[in-house]
Amino acid sequence: MDVFIAIVQILDSTIRLSVPLLLACLAGLFSERSGIFDIGLEGKMLVGAFAGAAAASVFHSAFIGLGMAILISVAFAMVHGFASITHRGNQIVSGVAINFIAAGSTIILGQAWFQQGGRTPALQPGERFDAIVWPGADAVRDVPVIGPIYAELISGHSLLVYLAFLMVPFTWWVLFRTRFGLRLRAVGENPAAVDTAGISVAWLRYRALICTGILTGVAGAYLSMVQNGGFVKDMTAGKGYIALAALIFAKWKPVNAMFACLLFGFLDAAAIRLQGSPLPIIGKVPVQFMQALPYILTVILLAGFIGKAIPPRAGGVPYVKER
Amino acid sequence: MAQAAIELIGINKSFGAVRANRDINLEIARGTIHGIVGENGAGKSTLMSILYGFYQADSGEIRVGGKPASIKTPNDAIALGIGMVHQHFMLVDNFSVLENIILGAESDALLKSSIAKARSELDRLEREYGLEVDPDAIIEELPVGLQQRVEILKALYRGAEILILDEPTGVLTPAEADHLFRILKQLKDQGKTVVLITHKLREIMAITDNVSVMRQGTMVATRETNKTTVGELAELMVGRRVLLRVEKGEVEAGAVKLAVKNLTVKDSRGVTMVDDLSFDLRAGEIVGIAGVAGNGQSELLEAISGIRRAVSGSVMLDGKPIDLTGAADPGELRDRGLAHVPEDRHHVGLVLAFEENENSILGYHDDPRYLKGPFLNVDAIVADAKDKIEKYDIRPGNPRLKTANFSGGNQQKIVLAREMEQDPGVLIVGQPTRGVDVGAIEFIHKRLIAMRDQGKAVLVVSVELDEIRSLSDRILVMFAGRIVGERGPEATEGELGLLMAGVERQEAAL
Ligand SMILES: Nc1ncnc2c1ncn2[C@@H]1O[C@H](COP(=O)(O)OP(=O)(O)O)[C@@H](O)[C@H]1O
Ligand SMILES: [Mg+2]
Repeated sequence: MDVFIAIVQILDSTIRLSVPLLLACLAGLFSERSGIFDIGLEGKMLVGAFAGAAAASVFHSAFIGLGMAILISVAFAMVHGFASITHRGNQIVSGVAINFIAAGSTIILGQAWFQQGGRTPALQPGERFDAIVWPGADAVRDVPVIGPIYAELISGHSLLVYLAFLMVPFTWWVLFRTRFGLRLRAVGENPAAVDTAGISVAWLRYRALICTGILTGVAGAYLSMVQNGGFVKDMTAGKGYIALAALIFAKWKPVNAMFACLLFGFLDAAAIRLQGSPLPIIGKVPVQFMQALPYILTVILLAGFIGKAIPPRAGGVPYVKER
Repeated sequence: MAQAAIELIGINKSFGAVRANRDINLEIARGTIHGIVGENGAGKSTLMSILYGFYQADSGEIRVGGKPASIKTPNDAIALGIGMVHQHFMLVDNFSVLENIILGAESDALLKSSIAKARSELDRLEREYGLEVDPDAIIEELPVGLQQRVEILKALYRGAEILILDEPTGVLTPAEADHLFRILKQLKDQGKTVVLITHKLREIMAITDNVSVMRQGTMVATRETNKTTVGELAELMVGRRVLLRVEKGEVEAGAVKLAVKNLTVKDSRGVTMVDDLSFDLRAGEIVGIAGVAGNGQSELLEAISGIRRAVSGSVMLDGKPIDLTGAADPGELRDRGLAHVPEDRHHVGLVLAFEENENSILGYHDDPRYLKGPFLNVDAIVADAKDKIEKYDIRPGNPRLKTANFSGGNQQKIVLAREMEQDPGVLIVGQPTRGVDVGAIEFIHKRLIAMRDQGKAVLVVSVELDEIRSLSDRILVMFAGRIVGERGPEATEGELGLLMAGVERQEAAL
């Protein structure tokens, strides 16, 4: 039974750890499907995390925090759009610039406003998104097998966790069942086809980036207002890049993205759980190795196991009509 | 003349320094098929793209149905009933036919009802015009002929009354082209107006009511088709008389330069494309390989030039084998005197983002002539490029211009100049004049014949029967990966056509 509980606990933290990855991954999916590479997921999450925690603690409201996180993150997405859509700049350079600005500005503003070494004040109840306990969770907790699964895995997460997982079918539906989704996928494959069909390429791509900004904003808010009770500098810690790896891994498909993020979340959860405790046969595994595992896995799997990952064909190339 | 469907008045358009359209006036009568001919780079596509709202004219006026129209985006053009089938198809390759058709013309925000509506509408259009295509097929899995059909359906689905087709037959087999023309005639009978851009004069004569000729950005003449001749049109296009058939003298074929023996090649899907094929190519002869596109010609060329792996067989160049494992060093083959003008100049022959002079030495850039120590000798390269520009009449004559800014015909000349000027012993040319205009075709043919007269071995693969017949000393017909017949240059088009269609020799003789 002990082992079972341990497994449930690892899976529970897998869910918690994969949420920011999943939100960022879906964010990247919107942008890359529209043909705009976005290496700036990391930065947008970071500003979202900062804006969310700062606004929540100043206005004493989790929802104002969330709104602010989304607003600022979308603003950064628009900067990326302005550089890479309107001015046809290099999308990688623009994305990297956003990451730098995000890392620097959150620290400077945090210190200027709150004088806590770049942190925001610890969030109080009501300023965070607390766990939602599902009806009957406590009652069934002691029922064998079903009990822990219901009480630990399904119940007891914050609103944003459920939101993140609901975003998976929603994204799929938008992408494959709506007019917007059809056009979004088309513009990532052949913008000239979209243009000659009488649709504005730029406006379509801007809208895709707005979706990206909203999702990275929620991802940031999750980091600072759910996982942590406040903002800490550089708290995204490379999650934006892992999300990009997951996106490639998932071949730019929403449901695959969820499984990729759960896998990476699981590796993270296992790494934390196994920290210091030796494994049978292998012995002690260095933490660093476990942390590098998502990347190693991506490289290995991409190199042969999951077949070719074909990115949207117009990805990364600014749309230029007149040479 | 009937009422004008379209009037273009004083249209000007420049791309940077290139004046693509100068002061163009054009009137297209309603319910007619109007041809527009002109050499590559004459500005035909640009003019029609302006009419379609894809480009904006720098100045000028457009009238549709007699009323001044402001066409700022393709949407405006679509609303005015103008549809266009572009030279390079505007399709999303991994979408289905239906998805491509509704893109931009969806009936509401959810796809389900749009698709359902399109499906029944498509059914009607298909029946009405004989434009059958599987609505659920994925575009990239369809042959080009069908892809083009999808483009036409796209325009009709949007209610086009005026249909512009930009070089629609360049990618079609003769039979497919005939089918297309029947469809266009039918459209005309229903009162629609068709604008047909082409540089195949025979097509113009066969199907159009009126024809306009463009040259170097200007509109030089408009004629009623039945009051003009191919000769006159060709002359108007290039501004001088052209020979439509190049003269060539007798040359004695010499030693075997290239020997292909039992060559078998598969494509990336594992389908056998070249099937146990053998032939010899001798010095001082042009061997033409005729065939409908997709019968293994591309794979044959790729295998000989060392780009594609062969499953079995051998290719000997001057008696020594060529590496057929797909790992051949193209540089080494060049050193051995094998030059290759690939079929697909955009992807294989040129780097479009490079300057013209860079492309004119690509592959030969290690030659000491172009080097100064470890560096490229830019002055020598530019001078060399200028030389080739002059010799091959490449326009515009600026070696520092980005290659993408040259028209298709001129790009082809850049590749030809590069390969021919290296004085190879064996020259392999895929589709020497695909997308090339009449004036340049004549020029290219003359150069190829001059190579042969100098005792070089030339292999030409082309889907244009005319070209094969006027160039070749021997014609090999390829069908389903095999050579199904060899004929002399005097073979008739009908005879070759039957062979190309895979009809057995005995039947062909009947
Ligand atoms: N998008 C573009 N950007 C820059 N130059 C262009 C563009 N399209 C065409 N051109 C140039 O304009 C001229 C006319 O081209 P085009 O209209 O395509 O000719 P045609 O269709 O008659 O072959 C050529 O010199 C071509 O290189
Ligand atoms: Mg053209």
